[in-house]
Amino acid sequence: MHRFANPTRFLRLANALLPWLGVAAVGLLGYGLWLGLLNSPADYQQGETVRIMYVHVPAAWVALAGYSTLALASAAFLVWKHPLADLAARAASPVGAGFTAIALVTGALWGQPMWGTWWVWDARLTSVLVLFFLYLGHMALTNAFDDPERGGKAGAVLALVGVVNLPIIKFSVDWWNTLHQPASVLRMGGSTIDPAMLTPLFVMAGGYFAVFAVALLLRIRALYAERRLRQLRLSLPDA
Amino acid sequence: MSGFLALIGRDLRLARRQGADVAMTLAFFVVVVALFPLGLGPTPALLARIAPGVLWVTALLAAMLSFDRLFQQDADDGGLDLLALSGLPLAVVALAKAVAHWLTTGLPTVLLAPLLAVTLDLPAAAYPALMAGLLLGTPTVSLLGTVGAALVVGARRAGVLVALIVLPLTIPVLIFGVAAVEAGSAGLETRPHLLLLAALLAGAVPLAPLAAGAALRQAVE
Amino acid sequence: MTGTDQLDVRNLSASRGGRPVFRDLSFSLASGGALRLAGRNGGGKTTLLRIVAGLGRADTGEVLWNGEPVTDDREAHAGRVGWLGHADALKTALTARENVEAALRVAGRPTDRLGDALDALALTRLAELPAGWLSSGQRRRTALARVLASGASLWLLDEPTVGLDAASVAALERAIAAHRAEGGMVIAATHTALDLGDDAVDLDPAAHADAGRLPEAVA
Repeated sequence: MHRFANPTRFLRLANALLPWLGVAAVGLLGYGLWLGLLNSPADYQQGETVRIMYVHVPAAWVALAGYSTLALASAAFLVWKHPLADLAARAASPVGAGFTAIALVTGALWGQPMWGTWWVWDARLTSVLVLFFLYLGHMALTNAFDDPERGGKAGAVLALVGVVNLPIIKFSVDWWNTLHQPASVLRMGGSTIDPAMLTPLFVMAGGYFAVFAVALLLRIRALYAERRLRQLRLSLPDA
Repeated sequence: MSGFLALIGRDLRLARRQGADVAMTLAFFVVVVALFPLGLGPTPALLARIAPGVLWVTALLAAMLSFDRLFQQDADDGGLDLLALSGLPLAVVALAKAVAHWLTTGLPTVLLAPLLAVTLDLPAAAYPALMAGLLLGTPTVSLLGTVGAALVVGARRAGVLVALIVLPLTIPVLIFGVAAVEAGSAGLETRPHLLLLAALLAGAVPLAPLAAGAALRQAVE
Repeated sequence: MTGTDQLDVRNLSASRGGRPVFRDLSFSLASGGALRLAGRNGGGKTTLLRIVAGLGRADTGEVLWNGEPVTDDREAHAGRVGWLGHADALKTALTARENVEAALRVAGRPTDRLGDALDALALTRLAELPAGWLSSGQRRRTALARVLASGASLWLLDEPTVGLDAASVAALERAIAAHRAEGGMVIAATHTALDLGDDAVDLDPAAHADAGRLPEAVA
């Protein structure tokens, strides 16, 4: 933790990693899309629509990973009070919200041909929607204060409250869904997934995580610059 | 303990003196429930079908209206500093505030709900589950709202913000609360739903004041 | 009050909104001592008072009570502090007496000094009126009565004389003198000519704004 807690050292590391992560992101996404869209079998039930899975499922994974990042950074900020952890938490929530939005939109696009409607109150979709709300609340709260430190701390507490609540919300939504939708809904993936589909899925997931890392580091760098600017302006003499 | 009770007593006395604040929250509850028959038509079967959801959702929204002032008033007049210097841990201060909030907002909502349920044609069999569910669920809402209220002290647009961050957290309460009423309507077993609501409350009683106390410490510093 | 307490502030540095207000500030205060915080706006008087009270957080340094850091036991330190913030912290719907009484009860303090405190600040006749009906000077006196009635040994007063007339300032000075005679301590941030009594020391936190400046001990 403390080895990277020095902002300059962190920035040097980030600057060194960013080009590699960028190349990995472009490469993996390109290869994954080629595999997923052109070089993998269509599903015997879902047909070509199954290819949406390759852009949808990794987005949902990253959406959850984003919230874990947010929660870990928040915990680190509250425990060690290090400003970099605050910046990481602030950076994680819009990026995570973006991937959550991608998961919701691609889910809707998949739902249209499969279920005949853009939106279904399916347990998974609903849970992801609530996750999106949690991200929105976190973003709104961190930016609602004139003093950025107060916003960061309040956001950190909220992120941890959200982590405790997420499994409860997930459980309640599943329960609600089984009450109201007893008919079995066709689920994506499942254990019987063909290995020919797994490869593109994992390649795409790698690409998504690389994009997440790039966006996170870029945002941390930008937020750090913004904070430095603020500090410099504050340290100007009164006159 | 005596400080804890004294704080609840002070807030209850304040609420009694400023009775209009509580009355407004309840009036909001009544008005919004009355909008549904006006918007959806007076068909009794439809109203009975949507009554559990309407009552619960409206009770949640009414509670949200009262949270932004929960600590902001104390923060504005300097009272929050006094509470921080009262020798009570801030988590205990938050718990006292949540209790006072529930007594002045949650409990009246619970008492008002059956009257409104009559206007929505809720089946008689559902009333016990409605009341029991609200009695178990609204304290959890007050506790979660206390966390939100502590987090938004000093924030811009605190009223909207507190609803935005608290409402998603109340989804489990809403789901189990409504499920209990629906099970009651259908003549099914309501115990599992009520037990889940009780479990949520049992979790919220120790955890929410801790989070709210941490948020209050940040607001003071 | 035992009359042998000691408050030590050691090498305190603080910032507000990311901007340093003072650095390496140190002073000590013994039972019966008084300290006046003076200096320009934004000089850190309120920041210093809040840190000594345990409300604010210092970047570095510590506040010691009889040698123990006050952050070790916030609740115990709160019991020693009689706090008057720049806001009066009165509920307008409660009477002046109810305001003071509620604050004492929430803090678990005895209420036996309440009558004397109201008397000392000439509030007895106003005490049954809602605080919302009082003038700003009368509200300030009510807030001061809360400090007097607290029985706390360390009074921390942020601009106590705002809105007070000459007679009330004199009453406050008498109360401060009595408190010090009992072995209490007073730290007051004030712009006006409030007489804290003999041997009161002046401190300007803003004079400690520059890095590298040697801390100067007072009292």
